Amino acid sequence: MTEPLKRPRRKDPLKRTQQPLYPQSVRSRTAHGLTKAAAEGRFELQTCDDCSTVFYPPRDACPKCLSDCVPFKPVDNRGTLLAETTIRTSTDPYFRERTPWRVGLTKLDAGPVILSHIHGDVLEGQRVRLDLKLDKGGAPVMIALPEKDTPNMADDPHLREMTCDPKFRRVLITDGRTPVGQAMARAFSDAGCNIVFVGIADPWKPFPGQDELKKIERVEIVPLDVTDSESVTEQAEQNGGRIDIVVNTAEHIRAGGIMQRHGVTVAREEMDVRYFGLMRLAQAFGPAMRGRGADGVNSATAFVNLLSVHALMNWPQYGAYSAAEAASLSAAQCLRAELRPGGVRVMNVFFGPLDTEWFQTVPPPKVTPAALAKAVVQALQRGLEDVFVGDIAEDIRARLAANPKALERELAG
Amino acid sequence: MANTPASDLLGMAQRVASGAIKVVDLTQTLTQEFPTIVLPPEFGQAAPFRLEEISRYDERGPAWYWNNFSVSEHAGTHFDAPVHWISGKDLPNNAVDTIEPRKFIAAANVVDCSAESAANADFELTVPFLEAWEKKHGRIGAGEWVLLRTDWSKKPYAEYAGMREDGAHTPGPVPEAVKWLVEERDVHGFGTETIGTDHGQGHHFNPPFPAHFYMHGKGRFGLQCLTNLDQLPPKGAVIFSAPLKIKNGSGSPLRVLALVEGA
Repeated sequence: MTEPLKRPRRKDPLKRTQQPLYPQSVRSRTAHGLTKAAAEGRFELQTCDDCSTVFYPPRDACPKCLSDCVPFKPVDNRGTLLAETTIRTSTDPYFRERTPWRVGLTKLDAGPVILSHIHGDVLEGQRVRLDLKLDKGGAPVMIALPEKDTPNMADDPHLREMTCDPKFRRVLITDGRTPVGQAMARAFSDAGCNIVFVGIADPWKPFPGQDELKKIERVEIVPLDVTDSESVTEQAEQNGGRIDIVVNTAEHIRAGGIMQRHGVTVAREEMDVRYFGLMRLAQAFGPAMRGRGADGVNSATAFVNLLSVHALMNWPQYGAYSAAEAASLSAAQCLRAELRPGGVRVMNVFFGPLDTEWFQTVPPPKVTPAALAKAVVQALQRGLEDVFVGDIAEDIRARLAANPKALERELAG
Repeated sequence: MANTPASDLLGMAQRVASGAIKVVDLTQTLTQEFPTIVLPPEFGQAAPFRLEEISRYDERGPAWYWNNFSVSEHAGTHFDAPVHWISGKDLPNNAVDTIEPRKFIAAANVVDCSAESAANADFELTVPFLEAWEKKHGRIGAGEWVLLRTDWSKKPYAEYAGMREDGAHTPGPVPEAVKWLVEERDVHGFGTETIGTDHGQGHHFNPPFPAHFYMHGKGRFGLQCLTNLDQLPPKGAVIFSAPLKIKNGSGSPLRVLALVEGA
């Protein structure tokens, strides 16, 4: 059984903060098939189109029939741990300071034998589930998990290196004025965060849900306006050194296209909130987070962007909004590269229309703020990087993969 | 008279320098946090004040500090030109760049409603109230400002904005009072400490927003988000209120100064 994580004690201010490191992460282009699956939380291996052989590690041709039609496909992840060993020393600086570290060989029911990390609750000879995860450096790795969930299994130190579990961490929800911000505050409080900082802009303006928000356990209301550089900087000066997860809930949703809109005032607001806002948060909070990627149990771990799935393909009915979301997505990709050396994950969460007032006239299916918040927490617990929430988001993703041009035409209506 | 000696003007400068004439700053500092007017969110919104550093003795400019700022024409202490309102849209010289510059200097009547406003956030300035004020302090002169002292500028922002579920609750004039000031007293303009020149519930008046409708309809001006009105006498202060010269601008943040005879 996994030793349950202890609430971290206050740090000794005389001790140097451990600097973040991450394991060697170069992968071949083909092996990035695993990265893609791991980023989205799927277990996929290469499966030969011609002879159905499932194989690992990634190769450009089938080891059995030499076919080059070897796409990554969802595969049964169950198997048996054949053998294990404990590594006690390493020349790799990341593992060197984390030994002893157990690794083992799993024989998957689907065929291949795979060398992977192993969870503390797994013993040689047992049935296991192999899970595909991203390590601290964002590279895909396998970990053998117990056949069935065990108590406190998420607290396993090896597994926790590959996830961004909010438990005992301190989160900043950047905008608590919206239903999504408030749902997020509730979800992170329930997930065991030590502090849930919730940013409020223009505190002189009352907003629905204000009183309930203040009553949520461990919620601390802080002044924060992502459109105001000074406000963002001041909040980072105040609390930036102890924020482990940022969830950017600042939104600006208005219907209307590019030509159909009258002027650029609203578009400027959209860009200010969604693009410059993200940039301000990144500049103010990013460097401290990157420096705290290995800072114990409550190390800095994730920067979460909430994005319309129409960041990936414009929806002309909400065309200018889609464009601002696309800008935000592009910035998030850059931030991902910038935070990677600190082992801090940038998680992009895509969703379709929300069940909120700004999508009032849009027919269902819609994503409720509570469902979105739950999905974000679960994705952090799993350590994902790209998350699609709800039917519309899944649908757009699938259609985009199949034929982007068709999707463009279809969204044009 | 016709040949006012030049020394009067220079004398004034000397008296300003010596402190015999007191200069009172009626301007709120332009800050990011200061409340701006709130419209229903589907309307276009007045941008609040924002500041972005260009450089601060750093790699972006080693020896100098400067900022870009952005702000609506109607944020912070600001001036309303007649073109701001539909009733004043066709008047000549109705924008900040075409208003005659002499109109940026005028005497002020300061109507103290601070006690009434403290007791009632929805205090309405009426004609009888103004008539009673005139009995005490003298007639409001043509071409003079009327400034409404409510001490609203001293309130914390939430109270200052007065936002509730049914809109803002801040003091202001009723339609008859504004009409009377324009038609019976021929005033220069109307100034307040609150976010707008109108009553917080002024959109329910007839006409809606009377301080905007009547004042701007007759080519008069507005000043809002003023402060330090409590340092002005009921009569006798001279107001300097020159807005930025924005091409066809409907208003502008500005520095409003009052000259007051020293004690």
